[in-house]
Amino acid sequence: MADDLVDRLLGIAPGSVLDGVRATRPEARTNAQRSYESLLEPADPGGVPRATRFLVAAFVAGLHRAPLLTEHYTRLAADHAGEEGVRVVSALTERAATSGPYGRYRELGLVNESTDGPRYRTPEADRPVLGAATASALDHAHLLVFRPREAEPADLGRLVDAGWTTTDIVTLSQLVSFLAFQIRLVHGLEVLSQRTEDTRS
Amino acid sequence: MSRTVTEQPHAHRPEHFTSDQVGWLPWLAPLTEEELTPRHREALVNETRARMPYFALLVRDPDALEARTRTDFDIFHNTEGGLSRAERELAATAASRFNGCVFCASVHARFATRLAARGEDVERLLAEGVETDTGDALWNAIVRAAVALSRTPVGFGAEHVEELRANGLSDSEIGDVVNSASFFNWANRLMLSLGEPERPAEKERVR
Repeated sequence: MADDLVDRLLGIAPGSVLDGVRATRPEARTNAQRSYESLLEPADPGGVPRATRFLVAAFVAGLHRAPLLTEHYTRLAADHAGEEGVRVVSALTERAATSGPYGRYRELGLVNESTDGPRYRTPEADRPVLGAATASALDHAHLLVFRPREAEPADLGRLVDAGWTTTDIVTLSQLVSFLAFQIRLVHGLEVLSQRTEDTRS
Repeated sequence: MSRTVTEQPHAHRPEHFTSDQVGWLPWLAPLTEEELTPRHREALVNETRARMPYFALLVRDPDALEARTRTDFDIFHNTEGGLSRAERELAATAASRFNGCVFCASVHARFATRLAARGEDVERLLAEGVETDTGDALWNAIVRAAVALSRTPVGFGAEHVEELRANGLSDSEIGDVVNSASFFNWANRLMLSLGEPERPAEKERVR
Protein backbone atom coordinates (compact mmCIF):
# COMPACT_ATOMS: atom_id res chain seq x y z
CA MET A 1 0.00 0.00 0.00
CA ALA A 2 1.22 3.50 -0.80
CA ASP A 3 2.71 5.50 2.04
CA ASP A 4 0.22 7.63 3.96
CA LEU A 5 1.76 10.15 6.34
CA VAL A 6 -1.26 10.48 8.64
CA ASP A 7 -1.60 6.70 9.00
CA ARG A 8 2.12 6.34 9.60
CA LEU A 9 2.33 9.08 12.26
CA LEU A 10 -0.67 7.69 14.13
CA GLY A 11 0.28 4.04 13.66
CA ILE A 12 -3.05 3.26 12.00
CA ALA A 13 -2.86 -0.44 11.11
CA PRO A 14 -4.97 -2.13 8.42
CA GLY A 15 -8.15 -3.48 9.99
CA SER A 16 -7.97 -1.20 13.06
CA VAL A 17 -10.90 0.96 14.15
CA LEU A 18 -9.22 4.12 12.85
CA ASP A 19 -8.48 2.39 9.54
CA GLY A 20 -12.23 1.77 9.28
CA VAL A 21 -13.04 5.39 10.12
CA ARG A 22 -10.65 6.66 7.45
CA ALA A 23 -11.90 4.08 4.93
CA THR A 24 -15.36 5.68 5.13
CA ARG A 25 -13.90 8.65 3.22
CA PRO A 26 -11.40 6.98 0.87
CA GLU A 27 -11.01 9.92 -1.52
CA ALA A 28 -10.43 12.33 1.35
CA ARG A 29 -7.77 9.99 2.71
CA THR A 30 -6.01 9.63 -0.65
CA ASN A 31 -6.23 13.32 -1.46
CA ALA A 32 -5.05 14.52 1.94
CA GLN A 33 -1.90 12.55 1.12
CA ARG A 34 -1.79 13.98 -2.43
CA SER A 35 -2.16 17.48 -0.98
CA TYR A 36 0.77 16.78 1.29
CA GLU A 37 2.86 15.53 -1.63
CA SER A 38 1.94 18.43 -3.93
CA LEU A 39 2.66 21.09 -1.30
CA LEU A 40 5.63 19.61 0.57
CA GLU A 41 7.25 17.15 -1.84
CA PRO A 42 6.36 18.44 -5.31
CA ALA A 43 8.17 16.85 -8.26
CA ASP A 44 8.81 20.39 -9.52
CA PRO A 45 8.89 22.95 -6.69
CA GLY A 46 8.59 25.85 -9.16
CA GLY A 47 9.18 29.20 -7.49
CA VAL A 48 8.82 27.98 -3.88
CA PRO A 49 11.94 26.07 -2.79
CA ARG A 50 11.56 22.89 -0.76
CA ALA A 51 13.68 24.43 2.01
CA THR A 52 11.13 27.25 2.41
CA ARG A 53 8.19 24.83 2.33
CA PHE A 54 9.63 22.70 5.14
CA LEU A 55 10.74 25.66 7.27
CA VAL A 56 7.22 27.12 6.98
CA ALA A 57 5.74 23.71 7.85
CA ALA A 58 7.99 23.33 10.90
CA PHE A 59 6.99 26.85 12.01
CA VAL A 60 3.23 26.27 11.50
CA ALA A 61 3.23 22.88 13.24
CA GLY A 62 5.27 24.37 16.09
CA LEU A 63 2.87 27.32 16.45
CA HIS A 64 0.07 24.76 16.85
CA ARG A 65 2.09 22.85 19.49
CA ALA A 66 1.42 19.73 17.41
CA PRO A 67 4.15 17.29 18.50
CA LEU A 68 3.98 14.59 15.80
CA LEU A 69 3.96 16.97 12.85
CA THR A 70 6.44 19.39 14.42
CA GLU A 71 8.90 16.53 14.79
CA HIS A 72 8.23 15.36 11.23
CA TYR A 73 8.59 18.77 9.59
CA THR A 74 11.54 19.86 11.71
CA ARG A 75 13.47 16.77 10.64
CA LEU A 76 12.68 17.36 6.97
CA ALA A 77 13.46 21.08 7.29
CA ALA A 78 16.92 20.14 8.61
CA ASP A 79 17.45 17.88 5.57
CA HIS A 80 16.42 20.56 3.08
CA ALA A 81 17.35 23.86 4.74
CA GLY A 82 20.20 22.88 7.04
CA GLU A 83 20.60 22.90 10.80
CA GLU A 84 21.07 26.64 11.18
CA GLY A 85 17.79 27.52 9.48
CA VAL A 86 15.98 24.99 11.66
CA ARG A 87 17.59 26.35 14.81
CA VAL A 88 16.49 29.89 13.95
CA VAL A 89 12.93 28.80 13.10
CA SER A 90 12.62 26.71 16.26
CA ALA A 91 13.67 29.69 18.38
CA LEU A 92 11.25 31.98 16.51
CA THR A 93 8.44 29.46 17.03
CA GLU A 94 8.95 29.55 20.79
CA ARG A 95 8.69 33.33 20.82
CA ALA A 96 5.82 33.59 18.34
CA ALA A 97 3.48 30.90 19.70
CA THR A 98 0.20 32.22 21.14
CA SER A 99 -3.49 31.28 21.11
CA GLY A 100 -5.98 31.98 18.33
CA PRO A 101 -7.96 32.81 16.37
CA TYR A 102 -8.01 36.53 17.13
CA GLY A 103 -8.14 39.71 15.10
CA ARG A 104 -9.98 42.79 14.09
CA TYR A 105 -13.11 42.35 11.99
CA ARG A 106 -13.34 44.48 8.87
CA GLU A 107 -17.14 44.05 8.77
CA LEU A 108 -18.72 47.10 10.43
CA GLY A 109 -21.34 45.16 12.35
CA LEU A 110 -18.79 42.77 13.82
CA VAL A 111 -16.25 45.21 15.25
CA ASN A 112 -17.50 44.51 18.77
CA GLU A 113 -16.37 40.90 18.27
CA SER A 114 -12.83 42.03 17.40
CA THR A 115 -10.08 40.68 19.67
CA ASP A 116 -6.47 41.73 19.83
CA GLY A 117 -3.31 39.66 19.88
CA PRO A 118 0.34 39.66 18.85
CA ARG A 119 1.36 40.58 15.31
CA TYR A 120 4.48 38.73 14.33
CA ARG A 121 7.35 39.88 12.18
CA THR A 122 10.60 37.96 11.86
CA PRO A 123 13.25 40.11 13.61
CA GLU A 124 15.83 41.88 11.42
CA ALA A 125 18.64 39.92 13.05
CA ASP A 126 17.18 36.62 11.85
CA ARG A 127 16.28 37.71 8.34
CA PRO A 128 19.74 37.33 6.71
CA VAL A 129 20.01 33.66 7.73
CA LEU A 130 16.55 32.85 6.38
CA GLY A 131 16.56 35.20 3.39
CA ALA A 132 13.97 37.91 2.82
CA ALA A 133 11.62 35.61 0.91
CA THR A 134 11.44 32.88 3.56
CA ALA A 135 11.23 35.47 6.35
CA SER A 136 8.21 37.05 4.63
CA ALA A 137 6.65 33.60 4.23
CA LEU A 138 6.96 33.05 8.01
CA ASP A 139 5.35 36.45 8.66
CA HIS A 140 2.43 35.52 6.43
CA ALA A 141 2.16 32.04 7.95
CA HIS A 142 1.75 33.54 11.44
CA LEU A 143 -1.02 35.83 10.14
CA LEU A 144 -2.86 32.90 8.55
CA VAL A 145 -2.49 30.67 11.60
CA PHE A 146 -3.66 33.15 14.24
CA ARG A 147 -5.56 36.07 12.73
CA PRO A 148 -6.75 35.13 9.24
CA ARG A 149 -9.75 37.48 9.48
CA GLU A 150 -7.34 40.44 9.62
CA ALA A 151 -5.71 39.64 6.28
CA GLU A 152 -5.51 42.58 3.87
CA PRO A 153 -4.18 43.26 0.37
CA ALA A 154 -1.13 44.90 1.98
CA ASP A 155 -0.15 41.52 3.46
CA LEU A 156 0.06 40.08 -0.05
CA GLY A 157 1.95 43.21 -1.12
CA ARG A 158 4.67 42.36 1.41
CA LEU A 159 5.05 38.92 -0.16
CA VAL A 160 5.32 40.49 -3.62
CA ASP A 161 7.95 42.93 -2.32
CA ALA A 162 9.96 39.96 -1.01
CA GLY A 163 10.03 38.49 -4.52
CA TRP A 164 7.15 36.01 -4.57
CA THR A 165 5.03 35.81 -7.76
CA THR A 166 1.24 35.52 -7.81
CA THR A 167 1.50 31.76 -8.35
CA ASP A 168 4.05 31.41 -5.54
CA ILE A 169 1.68 33.26 -3.19
CA VAL A 170 -1.12 30.85 -4.10
CA THR A 171 1.19 27.94 -3.28
CA LEU A 172 2.33 29.46 0.04
CA SER A 173 -1.29 30.20 1.00
CA GLN A 174 -2.33 26.65 0.15
CA LEU A 175 0.63 25.30 2.12
CA VAL A 176 -0.20 27.10 5.36
CA SER A 177 -3.94 26.51 4.99
CA PHE A 178 -3.47 22.82 4.21
CA LEU A 179 -1.25 22.48 7.29
CA ALA A 180 -4.05 23.98 9.41
CA PHE A 181 -6.22 21.10 8.11
CA GLN A 182 -3.62 18.35 8.42
CA ILE A 183 -2.67 19.31 11.99
CA ARG A 184 -6.36 19.19 13.04
CA LEU A 185 -6.97 15.92 11.24
CA VAL A 186 -4.04 14.25 13.00
CA HIS A 187 -5.02 15.76 16.35
CA GLY A 188 -8.69 14.77 16.00
CA LEU A 189 -7.95 11.21 14.88
CA GLU A 190 -5.43 10.77 17.68
CA VAL A 191 -7.98 11.82 20.30
CA LEU A 192 -10.58 9.57 18.69
CA SER A 193 -8.16 6.61 18.62
CA GLN A 194 -7.90 6.83 22.40
CA ARG A 195 -11.68 6.96 22.86
CA THR A 196 -13.17 4.59 20.25
CA GLU A 197 -16.29 2.59 21.00
CA ASP A 198 -14.07 -0.44 21.68
CA THR A 199 -11.66 1.28 24.02
CA ARG A 200 -14.34 2.63 26.30
CA SER A 201 -14.89 0.42 29.27
CA MET B 1 1.33 48.70 -3.32
CA SER B 2 2.60 46.67 -6.25
CA ARG B 3 0.44 46.17 -9.30
CA THR B 4 0.36 42.43 -8.64
CA VAL B 5 -2.08 43.02 -5.79
CA THR B 6 -5.55 44.42 -6.51
CA GLU B 7 -7.18 46.34 -3.70
CA GLN B 8 -10.94 46.40 -3.96
CA PRO B 9 -11.68 49.93 -2.69
CA HIS B 10 -15.22 49.90 -4.03
CA ALA B 11 -16.20 46.57 -2.55
CA HIS B 12 -19.21 46.63 -0.23
CA ARG B 13 -18.49 44.17 2.51
CA PRO B 14 -21.44 42.58 4.23
CA GLU B 15 -21.76 44.13 7.69
CA HIS B 16 -22.66 40.91 9.51
CA PHE B 17 -22.67 37.19 9.09
CA THR B 18 -25.52 36.37 6.72
CA SER B 19 -27.04 33.42 4.93
CA ASP B 20 -27.73 35.65 1.92
CA GLN B 21 -25.76 35.08 -1.25
CA VAL B 22 -22.39 36.83 -0.86
CA GLY B 23 -19.85 37.53 -3.62
CA TRP B 24 -16.06 37.22 -3.41
CA LEU B 25 -13.48 39.56 -4.96
CA PRO B 26 -9.87 38.39 -5.42
CA TRP B 27 -6.82 40.46 -4.45
CA LEU B 28 -4.60 38.55 -6.91
CA ALA B 29 -5.27 37.87 -10.58
CA PRO B 30 -7.14 34.64 -11.37
CA LEU B 31 -6.18 32.90 -14.61
CA THR B 32 -8.36 33.97 -17.52
CA GLU B 33 -10.17 31.34 -19.59
CA GLU B 34 -7.59 31.90 -22.36
CA GLU B 35 -4.74 31.16 -19.94
CA LEU B 36 -6.12 27.78 -18.87
CA THR B 37 -4.18 24.78 -20.16
CA PRO B 38 -5.71 21.29 -20.33
CA ARG B 39 -3.99 20.52 -17.00
CA HIS B 40 -5.61 23.58 -15.39
CA ARG B 41 -9.04 22.51 -16.67
CA GLU B 42 -8.55 19.02 -15.32
CA ALA B 43 -7.46 20.40 -11.93
CA LEU B 44 -10.63 22.50 -11.65
CA VAL B 45 -12.49 19.12 -11.57
CA ASN B 46 -15.78 20.89 -12.26
CA GLU B 47 -15.70 22.94 -15.47
CA THR B 48 -18.02 25.69 -14.23
CA ARG B 49 -15.38 26.61 -11.65
CA ALA B 50 -13.25 28.18 -14.42
CA ARG B 51 -15.57 31.20 -14.18
CA MET B 52 -15.37 31.48 -10.38
CA PRO B 53 -12.51 33.83 -9.38
CA TYR B 54 -11.61 31.87 -6.24
CA PHE B 55 -11.00 28.63 -8.14
CA ALA B 56 -9.51 30.38 -11.19
CA LEU B 57 -6.95 31.89 -8.79
CA LEU B 58 -6.21 28.68 -6.86
CA VAL B 59 -5.74 26.75 -10.12
CA ARG B 60 -2.42 28.54 -10.54
CA ASP B 61 -1.17 25.60 -8.43
CA PRO B 62 -3.17 22.86 -10.18
CA ASP B 63 -1.94 19.85 -8.21
CA ALA B 64 -2.72 21.50 -4.87
CA LEU B 65 -6.17 22.61 -6.05
CA GLU B 66 -7.15 19.25 -7.51
CA ALA B 67 -6.19 17.32 -4.37
CA ARG B 68 -7.97 19.91 -2.21
CA THR B 69 -11.15 19.75 -4.29
CA ARG B 70 -11.29 15.95 -4.19
CA THR B 71 -10.77 16.04 -0.40
CA ASP B 72 -13.59 18.58 -0.08
CA PHE B 73 -16.06 16.61 -2.25
CA ASP B 74 -15.53 13.35 -0.36
CA ILE B 75 -15.84 14.95 3.08
CA PHE B 76 -19.02 16.87 2.23
CA HIS B 77 -20.78 14.97 -0.55
CA ASN B 78 -20.00 11.28 -0.04
CA THR B 79 -23.27 9.90 1.33
CA GLU B 80 -21.90 6.42 2.16
CA GLY B 81 -22.12 6.05 5.94
CA GLY B 82 -21.03 8.62 8.47
CA LEU B 83 -22.65 11.83 9.60
CA SER B 84 -25.66 13.36 7.86
CA ARG B 85 -24.70 15.97 5.29
CA ALA B 86 -26.59 18.67 7.20
CA GLU B 87 -24.45 18.05 10.27
CA ARG B 88 -21.24 18.15 8.24
CA GLU B 89 -22.37 21.55 6.92
CA LEU B 90 -23.16 22.61 10.49
CA ALA B 91 -19.57 21.82 11.49
CA ALA B 92 -18.33 23.84 8.47
CA THR B 93 -20.56 26.77 9.42
CA ALA B 94 -19.45 26.72 13.05
CA ALA B 95 -15.75 26.66 12.13
CA SER B 96 -16.31 29.53 9.67
CA ARG B 97 -18.27 31.57 12.21
CA PHE B 98 -15.55 31.08 14.82
CA ASN B 99 -12.66 31.91 12.45
CA GLY B 100 -14.53 34.91 11.09
CA CYS B 101 -15.07 33.92 7.44
CA VAL B 102 -18.28 35.70 6.45
CA PHE B 103 -18.20 34.31 2.91
CA CYS B 104 -17.67 30.65 3.93
CA ALA B 105 -20.27 30.90 6.68
CA SER B 106 -22.87 32.25 4.25
CA VAL B 107 -22.44 29.39 1.78
CA HIS B 108 -22.46 26.61 4.35
CA ALA B 109 -25.24 28.11 6.44
CA ARG B 110 -27.41 27.91 3.32
CA PHE B 111 -26.43 24.27 2.77
CA ALA B 112 -27.09 23.39 6.42
CA THR B 113 -30.45 25.14 6.30
CA ARG B 114 -31.51 23.44 3.09
CA LEU B 115 -30.43 19.98 4.22
CA ALA B 116 -31.80 20.19 7.76
CA ALA B 117 -34.77 22.54 7.31
CA ARG B 118 -33.72 24.29 10.50
CA GLY B 119 -33.14 27.78 9.21
CA GLU B 120 -33.90 29.59 12.47
CA ASP B 121 -31.28 27.62 14.38
CA VAL B 122 -28.68 28.27 11.70
CA GLU B 123 -29.55 31.99 11.61
CA ARG B 124 -29.12 32.18 15.38
CA LEU B 125 -25.67 30.59 15.09
CA LEU B 126 -24.70 33.26 12.53
CA ALA B 127 -26.20 36.16 14.49
CA GLU B 128 -25.18 35.23 18.03
CA GLY B 129 -22.02 33.23 17.43
CA VAL B 130 -20.81 29.80 18.43
CA GLU B 131 -21.90 30.11 22.09
CA THR B 132 -25.56 30.13 21.07
CA ASP B 133 -27.94 27.31 22.01
CA THR B 134 -28.99 25.72 18.73
CA GLY B 135 -31.90 24.08 20.50
CA ASP B 136 -30.55 20.57 20.03
CA ALA B 137 -28.03 18.65 22.15
CA LEU B 138 -26.35 16.94 19.17
CA TRP B 139 -26.05 20.21 17.23
CA ASN B 140 -24.58 21.93 20.29
CA ALA B 141 -22.06 19.10 20.65
CA ILE B 142 -21.06 19.38 16.97
CA VAL B 143 -20.64 23.16 17.25
CA ARG B 144 -18.50 22.79 20.39
CA ALA B 145 -16.34 20.12 18.73
CA ALA B 146 -15.90 22.21 15.56
CA VAL B 147 -14.88 25.25 17.64
CA ALA B 148 -12.41 23.22 19.73
CA LEU B 149 -10.90 21.82 16.52
CA SER B 150 -10.55 25.36 15.15
CA ARG B 151 -8.59 26.76 18.09
CA THR B 152 -4.83 27.14 17.90
CA PRO B 153 -3.40 25.19 19.70
CA VAL B 154 -6.14 22.68 18.86
CA GLY B 155 -8.47 22.33 21.84
CA PHE B 156 -10.33 19.16 20.84
CA GLY B 157 -10.17 16.52 23.56
CA ALA B 158 -11.69 13.38 24.99
CA GLU B 159 -14.58 15.41 26.44
CA HIS B 160 -15.67 16.41 22.94
CA VAL B 161 -15.59 12.81 21.72
CA GLU B 162 -17.61 11.78 24.77
CA GLU B 163 -20.21 14.49 24.21
CA LEU B 164 -20.62 13.51 20.56
CA ARG B 165 -20.90 9.85 21.51
CA ALA B 166 -23.39 10.60 24.28
CA ASN B 167 -25.54 12.14 21.55
CA GLY B 168 -25.45 8.95 19.52
CA LEU B 169 -22.54 9.39 17.12
CA SER B 170 -20.42 6.40 16.03
CA ASP B 171 -16.66 6.46 15.48
CA SER B 172 -17.13 7.12 11.75
CA GLU B 173 -19.60 9.92 12.41
CA ILE B 174 -17.15 11.53 14.83
CA GLY B 175 -14.52 11.10 12.10
CA ASP B 176 -16.77 13.17 9.84
CA VAL B 177 -16.99 15.95 12.44
CA VAL B 178 -13.18 15.98 12.58
CA ASN B 179 -12.90 15.98 8.77
CA SER B 180 -15.51 18.70 8.23
CA ALA B 181 -14.26 21.15 10.84
CA SER B 182 -10.61 20.54 9.94
CA PHE B 183 -11.30 21.09 6.26
CA PHE B 184 -12.85 24.49 6.96
CA ASN B 185 -9.72 25.57 8.75
CA TRP B 186 -8.13 25.15 5.33
CA ALA B 187 -10.91 26.80 3.33
CA ASN B 188 -11.43 29.75 5.72
CA ARG B 189 -7.76 30.75 5.56
CA LEU B 190 -7.72 30.82 1.76
CA MET B 191 -10.98 32.74 1.46
CA LEU B 192 -9.97 35.28 4.11
CA SER B 193 -6.46 35.96 2.84
CA LEU B 194 -6.75 35.95 -0.96
CA GLY B 195 -9.76 38.23 -1.36
CA GLU B 196 -12.82 39.60 0.36
CA PRO B 197 -16.57 39.13 0.56
CA GLU B 198 -18.92 41.47 -1.23
CA ARG B 199 -22.61 42.12 -0.76
CA PRO B 200 -24.75 41.39 -3.77
CA ALA B 201 -25.79 44.46 -5.77
CA GLU B 202 -28.69 46.53 -4.39
CA LYS B 203 -31.10 45.50 -7.10
CA GLU B 204 -30.40 41.85 -6.48
CA ARG B 205 -30.86 42.23 -2.77
CA VAL B 206 -34.29 43.77 -2.93
CA ARG B 207 -35.58 41.09 -5.24
